[in-house]
Amino acid sequence: MQDFFLSAQHIVKRYEQHTALNDVSIHVPRGKVFGLLGPNGAGKTTLIRIINRITAPDSGEVTFDGHAFTADDVMKIGYLPEERGLYKKMKVGEQAIYLAQLKGLSRQEAKRRIEYWFNKFGIMPWWNKKLEELSKGMQQKVQFIITVLHEPPLLIFDEPFSGFDPVNAEMLKREILALRDKGHTVIFSTHNMASVEEVCDEIALINHSEVVLEGKVSEVKNRFRSGLYEVVTTDGSLQAPEDAAFTIEGHLHTANLHTFTLRKAEQLSNADFFARVAALTDPRSICEKMPSMQEIFLQVVTPQNASAHHE
Amino acid sequence: MNKMLLIIQREFTVRVKKKSFIILTILMPFILAALVFVPIWLATIEDDTQKTVALYDATGRYAAGFKDDHTYRFVPIADPENPAYYADSSQVEAVIAINADLARQRDGVTIFSHKEVAAGLLSYVENVLNEQVRRDKLAATGINGIEQILEDVQSEVKVNTVKRNAEGDAQSSNTDIAIAAGFIFTFMIYMFVMSYGGMVMQSVMEEKTNRIVELMVSSVKPFQLMMGKIIGISLVGFMQMLIWGIMLFAIMFVANTVFGLSADTSASTAAMSGGMGQVDMAVAAASSGGNEVYAAISGLPFLEMGLCFALYFVGGYLLYASFFAAVGASVNEQEDSSQFMMPVILIMVFGLYAAMGSVENTNGPLAFWASLFPLTSPIVMMVRIPFSVPLWEELLSLALLYATALLSIWGSARIYRVGILMYGKKPTLKEMLRWMRY
Repeated sequence: MQDFFLSAQHIVKRYEQHTALNDVSIHVPRGKVFGLLGPNGAGKTTLIRIINRITAPDSGEVTFDGHAFTADDVMKIGYLPEERGLYKKMKVGEQAIYLAQLKGLSRQEAKRRIEYWFNKFGIMPWWNKKLEELSKGMQQKVQFIITVLHEPPLLIFDEPFSGFDPVNAEMLKREILALRDKGHTVIFSTHNMASVEEVCDEIALINHSEVVLEGKVSEVKNRFRSGLYEVVTTDGSLQAPEDAAFTIEGHLHTANLHTFTLRKAEQLSNADFFARVAALTDPRSICEKMPSMQEIFLQVVTPQNASAHHE
Repeated sequence: MNKMLLIIQREFTVRVKKKSFIILTILMPFILAALVFVPIWLATIEDDTQKTVALYDATGRYAAGFKDDHTYRFVPIADPENPAYYADSSQVEAVIAINADLARQRDGVTIFSHKEVAAGLLSYVENVLNEQVRRDKLAATGINGIEQILEDVQSEVKVNTVKRNAEGDAQSSNTDIAIAAGFIFTFMIYMFVMSYGGMVMQSVMEEKTNRIVELMVSSVKPFQLMMGKIIGISLVGFMQMLIWGIMLFAIMFVANTVFGLSADTSASTAAMSGGMGQVDMAVAAASSGGNEVYAAISGLPFLEMGLCFALYFVGGYLLYASFFAAVGASVNEQEDSSQFMMPVILIMVFGLYAAMGSVENTNGPLAFWASLFPLTSPIVMMVRIPFSVPLWEELLSLALLYATALLSIWGSARIYRVGILMYGKKPTLKEMLRWMRY
């Protein structure tokens, strides 16, 4: 039995006009990065708000760190909301200290930690500036620091990379992984599928208020294996064998290289397949075409939404 | 460290450090002092410039009636047609030409001037002439000793107002000063509740639209956030008033000693204990001057007024500020707040009018009920207190006020808790009531 830091079971949340979450269950393993994915309006933010106790579910329950969720548990959550919000007129350093104190840190401890993070993110010179004088990216950094400052066991990042340039996004990614390695559990909500592959250990994909796909990133990708392989060779004479061990789906000829896209017969193992291909031609490389999260996302969400539109 | 204390501290320091707060706090006493002293000062200046008015009286009956005063000096002349009087450079303000016996010919008098005739001069001339004409007409009736009869009729009755109790202790009282004192307190409560209550609403709305509150609710309870805000902002108000009181005292003191104006120092010092009250009282003291006013001021129940003021002030503020906080939490935009503000403003304005009405009859039914009704009692009761209110009424009114204030805080906290995190749609009153039970 896996150790889940947070489980939400059979969560239902209805608004007057629509159902935001319909019997949604997610299980967030301890010390991992859990990706909460889904198109706009799928219900991700509603679920996050329930986990933060900002709204209450109509039914269903949340288990936090092994016990039923209580109001005090929100103190153990660091939340970076999608719509960022801080006091615009307040000085950055003072503001960070104030919010950290509200999280229960002493003034000295808060100041020490904030200085550490500010130095790390290179925003120390802005300590005495008002928030509104900072660029969007810098405001994001401040908000991120405030989220992680009190080192809560559970961190929730809603679209953490929006507004960041690639350099800072990369730095943020490293920080999130570093936090995970220190034992924090992270829930990570995003549309950016590339970052999901780099950061998440497990995912749940929510579409139309329901979980439509979940599991470890590697397992999910495995499930969506297409059985397609790419073989690069100098010899363009590769033919599909008579026993249909594979079929040729595509053939690209550039310069001296031929790139074949092959579909493997399902019963054949990779080892046997590679051997069969190697026997027929001299491959420069053979590799299985793994679907990207982006492709999986589109594959799952697009037909569902198309049918929804036709209803 | 207590989180509510942290919130109070932030709400307080952020506001006190604002430039607009510092400037307003420093300038306001000077403006108020100027409001008191400039008119007095201007009045003293006017004494020096006496204007000359030429008087031509063909009948010889009326000239004696015109007495020189500090504004006008009347000079008899022989020829009202002399063009020198009407040149722009003329020193003569106006020429009064009386050509006929006015008892017989009503339009026998004209005022000529090279510019518009001052209204004060016109009414003075009319008064003098009317008085003389009246006498002439009465004399024409031929009644014996008519002059003597008229003298007798002229006498004015002077009413003294004295407040006394069963033991016979008498105090000279002054109704005007009691009204002024009551109104100053009433206006202070009204202004404070409106401006600082509004500030609470602004601030709640700012946090909501900023979405900072999503961050806050994970570390503090909504109730702590709301109360911290209400208390923090009220402390800003107290501090501002304290500074104003001290500065006004200093300014009045300096102005009195430097300019030696007629404002009775002892009177304004006595008025000092009434916070901002010294302004109007100093005016009263300055205009009538003397010991009577001083006695009347010191005759006011200052201890009772001060105590009641503090209690009504805090109670009224808590009641309204918590309501404002609930409104601020419920709406999404500034414009939406007006539909909830409307009834509040109506009630407060009603309170103010009830207070004005109560002055006429401080123990009448309007005054009585309006000073028990918690939404208006902080405003109305302060007007009544200088006129002595039975203790049981004060206690009942305060008990009702505080009970309602606590109820309002309780209800607002529940609305606040839900409303502050609701986005996107305008809540109806029905929904707000549902949130209270949520």
